[in-house]
Amino acid sequence: MTLHTQSVAELGKGLHERKFSSVELTRALLERVRASQPTLNALITVTADQALAQAAAADAEIAAGRGGLLTGIPLVHKDIFCTEGVLTSCGSKMLANFESPYDATVVARLKSAGMVMLGKANMDEFAMGSSNETSYFGPVRNPWDTAMVPGGSSGGSAAVVAARLAPVATATDTGGSIRQPAALCGVTGLKPTYGRVSRYGMIAFASSLDQAGIICGSAEDAALLLGAMAGFDPRDSTSVDSPVPDYRTALGESLEGKTIGLVREFFDKGLDPSCEQPIREAIRQYERLGAKVREVSCPNLPLSVPTYYVVAPAECSSNLARFDGVRFGHRCENPRDLMDLYTRSRGEGFGAEVKRRIMTGTYVLSAGYYDAYYIKAQRVRQLISQDFARAFEQVDLLAGPTSPTPAFPIGAKVSDPITMYLNDIYTIGANLAGLPALSLPCGFSDGLPVGLQLIGPHFAEAKLLNAAHQYQQQTEWHKRIPEGYA
Amino acid sequence: MSLTRADIERIAHLARLNLSDAEIPAYVESLSRIVDFVGELERAQTGDSAPMAHPLPGLSQRLRSDAVDEPDRREQYQRNAPAVEAGLYLVPKVIE
Repeated sequence: MTLHTQSVAELGKGLHERKFSSVELTRALLERVRASQPTLNALITVTADQALAQAAAADAEIAAGRGGLLTGIPLVHKDIFCTEGVLTSCGSKMLANFESPYDATVVARLKSAGMVMLGKANMDEFAMGSSNETSYFGPVRNPWDTAMVPGGSSGGSAAVVAARLAPVATATDTGGSIRQPAALCGVTGLKPTYGRVSRYGMIAFASSLDQAGIICGSAEDAALLLGAMAGFDPRDSTSVDSPVPDYRTALGESLEGKTIGLVREFFDKGLDPSCEQPIREAIRQYERLGAKVREVSCPNLPLSVPTYYVVAPAECSSNLARFDGVRFGHRCENPRDLMDLYTRSRGEGFGAEVKRRIMTGTYVLSAGYYDAYYIKAQRVRQLISQDFARAFEQVDLLAGPTSPTPAFPIGAKVSDPITMYLNDIYTIGANLAGLPALSLPCGFSDGLPVGLQLIGPHFAEAKLLNAAHQYQQQTEWHKRIPEGYA
Repeated sequence: MSLTRADIERIAHLARLNLSDAEIPAYVESLSRIVDFVGELERAQTGDSAPMAHPLPGLSQRLRSDAVDEPDRREQYQRNAPAVEAGLYLVPKVIE
């Protein structure tokens, strides 16, 4: 029986019907991980022994007539999530020796739901990147074409799911880090509303933007996972205390009479025509599903990238101040004094892109520049949020491309930070406004996947997942598997 | 170039980052480009729009009750420290 192509929902059913065991499933996927590592480099750490022990425990639960739909289902955690007793590197030399003393809330919740961790996914260093090339542990390769990047920063998570190494992987999104790699790897990625999923134990990059989410094979699986991950956590002061619905109940609702807004600013000259064509076709599919489609405008949205590249580095420079070589992480050899300890530990421990962002943030927050850059960016952020709020007075959901181009060659954009930053031109808006958004596969451009982005109002995850599920009931793009991984 | 070598050295000092001489020119170049790029914001008509620090209206900082609710796990936490002695983190001498 082929296990690796099954969805979370199908695997859960198979486990409970005792068609196969979690140990068998886990062994099969660990073998796929092992075989793919030299090519894809999708994982930083493989936790095979722990996975098999968790799988055996899950099998015992199921045999005893207990356990839920996620019991015994393997997954991979992005290496930004703290995992007790397991290397948690965040893709950095700074944390290449860090074994977390505790589990992130997301990790703890999925563990208590009975899920089996296969390992930790590779990622851009401290989630700063759009190609997975800034990882201290080397780039991840795109399963659709190994000369190409998988996107980033959750490039390992997206490659894991695309290559069917696991049915689901956790991921995080500060400016597009779930949606853009999901698009470039042809899988489904959901960034929930700011505050919907706990960030306790998720290594901070930009605290007013970061959110935890999921990369998986379908909207249905995302609904299942979000239900287990979301909810109030007293350990995260930005966690929102509102009830978590069963996201699966709304999946089957008709889209008849729903209105989808096409964001005019998303169809700009930067959008590759070979991506625009499948996006337009996906919109026509939504019309066939009964949705009304109309154009809307968010006039301040073109300012989202410069706004982000003030706000995010500012917050990063503050958050990454904790890496000082004193309590954990990399420490330089033979420090002369405390200042030498700080500056050399940080200079050696951080990679070039992380240093660039820390310095950008330090600059925009420094005396004389704070008002001109930081406060100004926060004012533009307000305008961008208001644009979205006005759009949602007219439409239920917004749609557009996830990324301006399909996957690009490894090395093509590393020397030019601005070109790299523009990869996130369509995704950053949802982070600035704290909105839930997802990317789903909607076609191909020259053999490489293209993603459709849907954005919803705050806490409208159920609506987003419903719209994505209805599309996936009519199309097969999400079932396409890269050659060599079927 | 909107930034000079001296600017980069000052920023690196504020950020407590040791940069080698060889690294600095690339940062002068790339940070100048980034600063020019975000300088586009200057032209935005922001009027009296209030600076937005976080995206959820109505979200306020929650306070927990002033009670001990976490166990003492110092030993476990200090296992990741580069140098500890008697439960204390060791750093180079600060006061002569």
